[in-house]
Amino acid sequence: MRVEERLVTEPPAGDRPAIELRDLARHFGERTALEGVTISVPEGATLAVLGRNGAGKSTLLRILATLLRPHSGQARLFGEELPRNGYAVRGRLGLLAHEPLLYRELSGRENLTYHARLHRVAPERIEQVLQAVAMERRAEDPVRLLSRGMVQRIAVCRAILHDPALLLLDEPRANLDPAASELVEPLIGRGAGRTRVLTSHDPQAALAEADLVLALKDGRPAFVGAPEELSENQLKDLYA
Amino acid sequence: MILRKDLRLELRTLETIPAMVLFSLTTFVIFHFGLNRATIDGQLAAGVLTATLLFAAILGINRLFVAERDQGGFDAFLLAPVDRTAMLFAKAAALFTFLVVLELISVPAFGLLLLGTSLGGPLPGLILVLLLANLGLAVIGTLVSAIAVQTRARDLIGPIIGLPLLIPALIATARAIGPILAPGSSGSPPGKWLAILALYDVVFALLAYAVFDFLLED
Amino acid sequence: MPQRLTTHGKGLRGLALATLATISLALVLVFFYAPLDADQGFVQKIFYIHVPLAIVSLCGFVFGALLAAGYLRTGDRRWDMRSYVAIHMALIFGIAGLITGSIWAKASWGHWWVWNEPTLVSYLIVLLLFCTYQPLRFSIEDPERQSRYASVFSVVAGAFVPLNFIAVRLAQQYVHPRVLTLSGGHLPGSMQVTFLISLLGIALLYATLWKYEMAAKNARSQVRRLRRTLLGEDTMRPVGRSAAPS
Repeated sequence: MRVEERLVTEPPAGDRPAIELRDLARHFGERTALEGVTISVPEGATLAVLGRNGAGKSTLLRILATLLRPHSGQARLFGEELPRNGYAVRGRLGLLAHEPLLYRELSGRENLTYHARLHRVAPERIEQVLQAVAMERRAEDPVRLLSRGMVQRIAVCRAILHDPALLLLDEPRANLDPAASELVEPLIGRGAGRTRVLTSHDPQAALAEADLVLALKDGRPAFVGAPEELSENQLKDLYA
Repeated sequence: MILRKDLRLELRTLETIPAMVLFSLTTFVIFHFGLNRATIDGQLAAGVLTATLLFAAILGINRLFVAERDQGGFDAFLLAPVDRTAMLFAKAAALFTFLVVLELISVPAFGLLLLGTSLGGPLPGLILVLLLANLGLAVIGTLVSAIAVQTRARDLIGPIIGLPLLIPALIATARAIGPILAPGSSGSPPGKWLAILALYDVVFALLAYAVFDFLLED
Repeated sequence: MPQRLTTHGKGLRGLALATLATISLALVLVFFYAPLDADQGFVQKIFYIHVPLAIVSLCGFVFGALLAAGYLRTGDRRWDMRSYVAIHMALIFGIAGLITGSIWAKASWGHWWVWNEPTLVSYLIVLLLFCTYQPLRFSIEDPERQSRYASVFSVVAGAFVPLNFIAVRLAQQYVHPRVLTLSGGHLPGSMQVTFLISLLGIALLYATLWKYEMAAKNARSQVRRLRRTLLGEDTMRPVGRSAAPS
């Protein structure tokens, strides 16, 4: 079933899409970062956003994270309209960005405690996630002393600490060695049942995990649909 | 205010406060030589103290949001389902605390190094004035720092915007302290200036509250 | 961003003519009608330009603050543009006011600067503050953020103006001699009339220049927009300065 069909019919209340974007646009001064982005992502699905550097992937992710406001068009997360009702959905979002968003002078545990307080999460959960990524022993060290892979693991903890329904992942496998990648997989991978949006420099890996693909070229959608429908040529053209 | 804990945690780095204290002590020395007097009192003393505290505060103000900016603290905060003005309160409270600590050390030092009259009598009045002044400094400092941190000329913009804005507070503070540092004073600061300081604090606190959201959103 | 920009050109000519007429009238009055001041002599006539400049510039700052609040409320960048023009025009008027004030001070009291004039001192502080407006704008690259931060600044600075005057006034022993007593109604009728006409003239001048600059900026931005549409993104040279709309 093509995405456009899903958009046209109004989904019943229980069937509401996790993400719904209609003609989304965002500028930076005179430069257009995104334009005409229209897509609907059902709950539990994984959307892969592909494109070169500067194509608008990070901008899109930040709009979904409610960190940027769209300049025109409509954006809805779980039925709530952005940016107006951003407050209502923030608790359900998790962002794993380029920067780990951790304070370097504080320890991993302290950082997570801060985030736990911000999101009103019980402290036991911190231990839970630390164990899941095998970082309990190094959690007391200031973040600046940790290797990049470890920092990324703590960042993953931060992102899923409050058990978000929507996970936004910007190059999630960066800095992770295969062992760490495996540890992290159950938390941020398909199995966890969350709706996910992920961007990646490696289109093949992203396509393998995706239910839906949005390809951006210079801020405009070049392809929207299921991964199987994306042809080799289209893919090459994207990164040309 | 959950964030207050966050900022207390940050005190671990302890870079800002020692710098502020050191700066103020050095400034006292400079004043001693610049004015070429053994001791000072009265309005002159008030002026020196106030100016020094102000400049030391600028150091603190410059650094207030740097960690947030550089280490993604803004994003992390913005992602949380909390009211954005919580950051204003938290940061202002942190700045206020830094200033109090600064004064705990500088004011006695001032009493020892420069002041002609004794510090004991005017102390309660002094404390009252300084608390009010700190409030104003904290509010304006947070506001200005939040603006400055997103600009290119970070360290420069903060002071040049902040100093003019702080001048009325400065005037009020110096004028309030002046009489009580004079020899033979009663030790209670003139009410007029206290009232002005308080008014200033209230007005700018309200303004900051109204306007802060706009600085954080995108 | 599709956005209808008003050209602001309407009424500009009428306004300019009115300004010209009023200022000419004011000059005539100043030189031929208003009596010579007993103490200060001819030099006192600077008062007729200094005080209106000061008053208009202060009002300009507050006007700019209100426009900025409009931007914060609506998010429409035209408000920000208006605010920017208002403030930077007011700053120019303000500096002119400061200079004329200094000249007057030198001529009547023998000093280029006097501290016991609370109005002049407050004025200096306000100008110092608003001088930071443009550096602030230039040091923020993202245009939207620039507008937002500049507006926040304008609102705070606008609120600061009255506070500042109160504080400084209280701090000084002496009242600004002559001027405020003069404009407080102790002016003889002929001086009052002259003063009011001068004030009106300067105010109209401000309004005209404001409108003029708005029109010029709008025209430029429309030309750029056309250019971009017709010739493509690559031929655009970056604007490089302060508030450009959309």
